[in-house]
Order: sequence, then C-alpha cells, then structure tokens
Amino acid sequence: MITGSIAGIGAGLAAIGAGIGIGQIGGKAMEGMARQPEAASKIQTAMLIAAAFVEAVALFGVVVAFLGTK
Amino acid sequence: MDLSHIFNSKKIVSIAFSAVFLACTIFTSVAQEPVKVEEPHVSRSEMNAPHEEKEEDISATILHHIADSHEWHFWGEGDHSVSIPLPVILWSDNGLVTFLSNKHGHNDHGTEIFEEDGQKLINYHGKFYYPNAAKNAEGAYVELDENSVPTNAKPLDISITKNVVSLFISIIVLLVVFISIAKAYRKREGKAPKGLQSVLEPIILFVRDDIAKPQLGYRYAAFMPYLLTVFFFVWLNNLMGLIPFFPGGANLTGNISVTMMLALCTFVLTTVNGNKNYWGHVFKPHVPWWLYPLMIPVEIIGLFTKPIALMIRLFANITAGHILILSLISLIFILKSVLVAGIAVPFVIFISVIELVVGFIQAFIFTILSALFIGMAVEEHAEH
Repeated sequence: MITGSIAGIGAGLAAIGAGIGIGQIGGKAMEGMARQPEAASKIQTAMLIAAAFVEAVALFGVVVAFLGTK
Repeated sequence: MDLSHIFNSKKIVSIAFSAVFLACTIFTSVAQEPVKVEEPHVSRSEMNAPHEEKEEDISATILHHIADSHEWHFWGEGDHSVSIPLPVILWSDNGLVTFLSNKHGHNDHGTEIFEEDGQKLINYHGKFYYPNAAKNAEGAYVELDENSVPTNAKPLDISITKNVVSLFISIIVLLVVFISIAKAYRKREGKAPKGLQSVLEPIILFVRDDIAKPQLGYRYAAFMPYLLTVFFFVWLNNLMGLIPFFPGGANLTGNISVTMMLALCTFVLTTVNGNKNYWGHVFKPHVPWWLYPLMIPVEIIGLFTKPIALMIRLFANITAGHILILSLISLIFILKSVLVAGIAVPFVIFISVIELVVGFIQAFIFTILSALFIGMAVEEHAEH
C-alpha cells in the first residue's frame, strides 16, 4: 500500500509540461544557432528568457504541490 | 612526436606539485558539500537508532535545513551541538524584549515558560509565542490547529536571524569589493584595469552589454546601478547558499521574504518610471472598446503577476536545488545502507555543480527580466 499526498502527482504533471516546453525552446534555439551561428548569443539570451517563463509555471505547480502536502 | 623536452624540463617538479595541490583543493572543496551536509543526519540517525527512522522525520530535517533559525548551527545535536547564538529581538505587548537565543533556545517543544523583560514566552519549534494558560496533551503550552501550527498569539519577531546575518555578510562583501573597484576606476581612468577590477570588469560589461543595453536602449545608464546591484547580490547569495559551512549555508535567496523584497524593488522602479505609453497600455489597450471590461482587469493583474513571478521563480529554483541535494543525501538514511552513498554522493556532487550554474543563470534571469519590465515601462513608441 502506497501512502502519501496526491500533490506529488500534480508536481509531476507540472514537470511534464515544463519538460515539453523547455525541450521545444532548446531544440528550436539549437536549430536556429546551427542555421545562423553569428546570431548565437542573441538566440541564447532569448532562449533563456523564454525558458524562464516556462519554468516559472512549472515552479508554481511545484510550490502549490509543496503547500498541498502540509 | 617528440615529447621528451617536457619531461626534461626543470619546471616539471614545480608543475607536478602545483597540479597535485590543485587537484587536492578541488577535490576537498567539492567533497565538503556532501560531507558537511551529512553530519547532522549521521548524528540524528545514531540518536534515533532504537526507533524506526520515519520518512516524516527526514522531510522535517530537510525543511529544518533550508529554513531560517535563531542560531547559526555548525555541528552536533542536542547538548553537544556547536553553534553561534544570535540575538532575539521581539516586539511584545510589554515593549521590546531582547535576549541571546542560547539562553532560552534549548527547550523548543513549548513545555517550559520563561520570563524575559517582564514578558512570559515559550519557544515552540524555534518560534516564540505567548503561552496558553493550560498545557495540551503533549505538555506544551500551545494549541495546535489541524496542520499542527500553533494558534497562539505571538510577538512581532524582528530578530537578527541566520538569514539576516548572512545578509549583513553579503552586504559587507559587496560594499568592500565594489567601493574599491569604483575607486580604482576613478583613479585609473583610461588605463587598463588591474587586480580585482580586471576580474569583475567582464561581468560588469556583461551586465551592461547583454542585459541593460538590449532591453533599455539609450536609457540604460540610469538603471545600471540597480541592475548591477541586483545581479551581484543575487549571484553572491546563491553561491553563499551553496557553501555548507559558516559564512554560507544560510539559503538567503531561497527565502521568500528576501526575493519578495527584490521583486518589490523592480515593481516600484517599473511603476515609478512608467510613462504615458505604459499606462495607456494598461487603461486604454488597443482593442475594440467593448473588450475594455475584460482587458483592463487583465492588464491590471498583469502589473502584479510580473513581480510575483520574479519572486516565486528565484525562491523556488534555489529552494528546489537545496531540497534536491538534501534529499539525495537522505536516500542513504531512507534505504538504511552505506552502499547507497556510493551512488548518492557522486550524484550530489554532480547536482552541486549544476547548482553553481543555476546560481548564475537565476541571477542573470532575475536581472534581465527586471531590465525587460523596466524597459517596457520606459519605452516611448509602442510598436503596432
């Protein structure tokens, strides 16, 4: 018998979402950098900002899950 | 290829010596992380040896490690612990109450009432409350709600806690470093940088050229002081949080009040510097008039979600990193086998190295998003 909070599942779902999002961002950025290496630094900055936005949503999920376990 | 000249070189001894020395320093500095973190757990599990080590115990220990406290703990448990006591300053019903935390810090189960400056208080799990008249079932003078949080009233706690001391340390470091650099720039104007100046100049230029200029355009100079301060403050504290022993280990940027204050600074700067365009965007968005009842509330909420997202992002990233490292170490105690350490400790070192990168990236992201939000507020022409 497994005991525990269902909040863990929520955190996991949030992580799946962020994984897909950041994977897309990273993949496309990589593609862009391969096509135009001279724009690499600009792409990298934009990629990090976009990744931060995606990650924030996942972290909201984790924080809510964390509060939910109490 | 002939490599014999390398081995014949007279410098070989000194090179070998410095290589070994460097390897040792790197190894010890990396190894300190898991070893130091481990210590409280070791003694804890020894103490609890007759009992079952419960999973709740471990999560409580982890939460204890990332939380703020009234003393700076070094090692040991209970009466054998070594720590620096920090001053407790409380604003109670009877005015200001001050004492050192080791005076009344030993009994933190709320079973003992003490009196200080004419005010009766109890210490319950590191927090100070007014005692109840009667004891509860566990002998403590507190009343717990369903989440086992005391419902007692408590005095306003304005103590110098571990996080506050860590804040002071980082402020002193930043002031000493940057005042000396600023002096050097004034004295050596037009000349090549020297010493500490040349270490930090690339990072300062990175903040200026890669963060401030692209987001703020020609107005960047006015906001450089804030962006540099925020960048180096967050970065230094992220790194200090990763040091497991004295000057670090306080998890300052993993404290939501600290990140809230930082986000509030950005919010105030954005709001104060917001121009006609920015407020026009909020109260008169470029949509058909019948959408206004929907768009204006959304835009107003948007003003607040930006700093709140900044706050949560930094807090959650740093806290998650610390919890991850501590959980991996705790695996040894959950699975009750030393063999697990063979996997857990290298993995902890790996995660610690990743955390070094995360510490930088989070400082960068906090700064660049601050610059972005300020840039949106001071932008003159909305592009439509």
